Amino acid sequence: MAAKSERGRLTPYLLTLPGVLWLTAFFVVPMVTMFSVSFQEGNIYEGYRFTGHWQTYTDTLGSYSEQFLRSLWYGLIVTAAVLLITFPMSYWIALKGGKRKNLFLLMILLPFFTPFIIRTLSWKLILGDEGIFLGTLKNIGILPDSYQVLATPTAVIAGLIYNFLPFMALPLYVALEKLDPALLEAAQDLYSNKRETFMNVTLPLALPGVFAGSLLTFIPVAGDFINAELLGGVNTTMIGNVIQREILVNLDYPEGAAISFLLMAGILLGVFLYARALGTEELMG
Amino acid sequence: MPDIRLEGLTKEFKEMVAVDHIDLTIEEGEFFSLLGPSGCGKTTTLRMIGGFEDPTEGHIYLGGSEVTGLPPYKRNVNTVFQSYALFPHLNVHDNVAYGLKRKKVAGDEIKSRVHEMLDIVDLPGYEQRRINQLSGGQQQRVALARALVNRPALLLLDEPLGALDLKLRKTMQLELKRIQGDVGITFVYVTHDQEEAMTMSNRIAVMNAGHFEQVGAPQDVYELPATEFVSGFLGASNLLEGEIESVNGPTAKVALELGATVALPADRLPTRQGRIGIGVRPEKIHIQDASAADASSRANAIEAMVRMSTYTGVSTSYECRTSDGSPVVVYVQNLGSSSVSIGAGTRVRLSWDPEHTFAVKRVAKAEDDGDKTATAMEGART
Repeated sequence: MAAKSERGRLTPYLLTLPGVLWLTAFFVVPMVTMFSVSFQEGNIYEGYRFTGHWQTYTDTLGSYSEQFLRSLWYGLIVTAAVLLITFPMSYWIALKGGKRKNLFLLMILLPFFTPFIIRTLSWKLILGDEGIFLGTLKNIGILPDSYQVLATPTAVIAGLIYNFLPFMALPLYVALEKLDPALLEAAQDLYSNKRETFMNVTLPLALPGVFAGSLLTFIPVAGDFINAELLGGVNTTMIGNVIQREILVNLDYPEGAAISFLLMAGILLGVFLYARALGTEELMG
Repeated sequence: MPDIRLEGLTKEFKEMVAVDHIDLTIEEGEFFSLLGPSGCGKTTTLRMIGGFEDPTEGHIYLGGSEVTGLPPYKRNVNTVFQSYALFPHLNVHDNVAYGLKRKKVAGDEIKSRVHEMLDIVDLPGYEQRRINQLSGGQQQRVALARALVNRPALLLLDEPLGALDLKLRKTMQLELKRIQGDVGITFVYVTHDQEEAMTMSNRIAVMNAGHFEQVGAPQDVYELPATEFVSGFLGASNLLEGEIESVNGPTAKVALELGATVALPADRLPTRQGRIGIGVRPEKIHIQDASAADASSRANAIEAMVRMSTYTGVSTSYECRTSDGSPVVVYVQNLGSSSVSIGAGTRVRLSWDPEHTFAVKRVAKAEDDGDKTATAMEGART
């Protein structure tokens, strides 16, 4: 009996062991390594040595503040935009979708059966200066020949919105699907019109979905570089492009690592403030 | 003053008529029940009164003014939903205060009215509790408080006790009745439970297939069911087929298919001639051994054979068959030494007073076996 209860006590830890090992090997170790790299000095030919040189942080923050701010700004715009686009969509599927809910969800996910790069590249074709869209409008004289969308913030933001839409749509759907329609009737029964019902009942109950969707959108968008790379120009460089260039082109690992940690700190701060603003009690409730 | 009036109210869904031209007047302060099996249209009727469904035809008047077509938030009506529909993101106080806040009642008054209402539903001091910390019965009370605190002209209740266990349901039935008496608001109560409807209501409308079978006080509906459906739905009843023989002043005589002739007050006949169903409640029947029949026998009598007797403590029930095979159920209260059980296979004389006899219209039905002359229906006892 004693041995059995001993094993019973250990069971929860044994069950979490694979996860702990996984996270240690692929999250904790790389994080610690990268963090130590960010305090190294040297160059690719002579190698990098740990010197505790923290100035890389302040230096990069100074030189890339524009890209930092742009990334956070794009992250905000894209998150807000996909929230506005997907909320009505998810609401409709969850409450009015009936038997075809799964079909509609599949339709949202269908484009994601093609790779990220291919999808982004096809936007390059759509938005190209002489592409099917702009080319046609230019041919019939609605737009001037010099008009372009590619290489502008509009193109990058449009690409990001398109690519990250499902990350907002699905958590919102999950939250709204749990919404009991009787609650909406109860609110109307208690003198709330449609707008008040939405503000007082639907929205508060959808908040966990809004929060989860915002995180799933904002974090990868702020760190994205593919959209800026393929659809943007010199004025749309995001911090992801800088990290990619430092690590893969310039091979300046300490600088790449430092920027990555700065980005992470910025995102953590943003998430913290956002959770505070939405109210943690509602999110946990 | 009539509190609510329905005129020719009809609701058609795609392929079916859920509510079929019903007319009804409910007086102020009444506890009125809509009783019927699932799918009979009772909930649809309630939802039309509440404003959650628009009627296809007909009118709804509340306190004299028409509300047909008005959205729920413009009607002085509140609802207690079957699932309670309490707002999970708000605590008890904010749930109950919800309607008052929308009506822009002053903060102090909201607080005192919520407090007072939680006292009435027996949940004092529960203001700060979260909804998911409450039991089903407590949630039910909060739902009631949330509706009643607005002092509506009319309270609609859609099977509010359906989710509770039997014991709690019995308690809440009496509680609801007490609260209704305290606040004096008209209640319209939807249920499929005949006992619940009879326990609480001033009047009951028995609904079937979108129309009212009978509207009346519980005693009237139970003692004198107007239709075969009502006689079967409210409690158990025995129905025997017969033909009207004569109507002589206040008394009518009906020749039963199985041979005997029974008498009943003439005003209970649905028609003046032809085939009708003669009914009597199982507890009204006097049972005695046929060979020992004596003066205690009542005026209306038939012969039958006991097929099974079941002792249930408070009473004994006998399942009998008449000579033509019609089943008749008899309940006899166990009054101690005098109640000598009559065994299966005994020939018995079943008798009852003309006063306890009711008559219903015969509904023509497919007859494919010999068991056509009478029916004994077990009521929907849930």
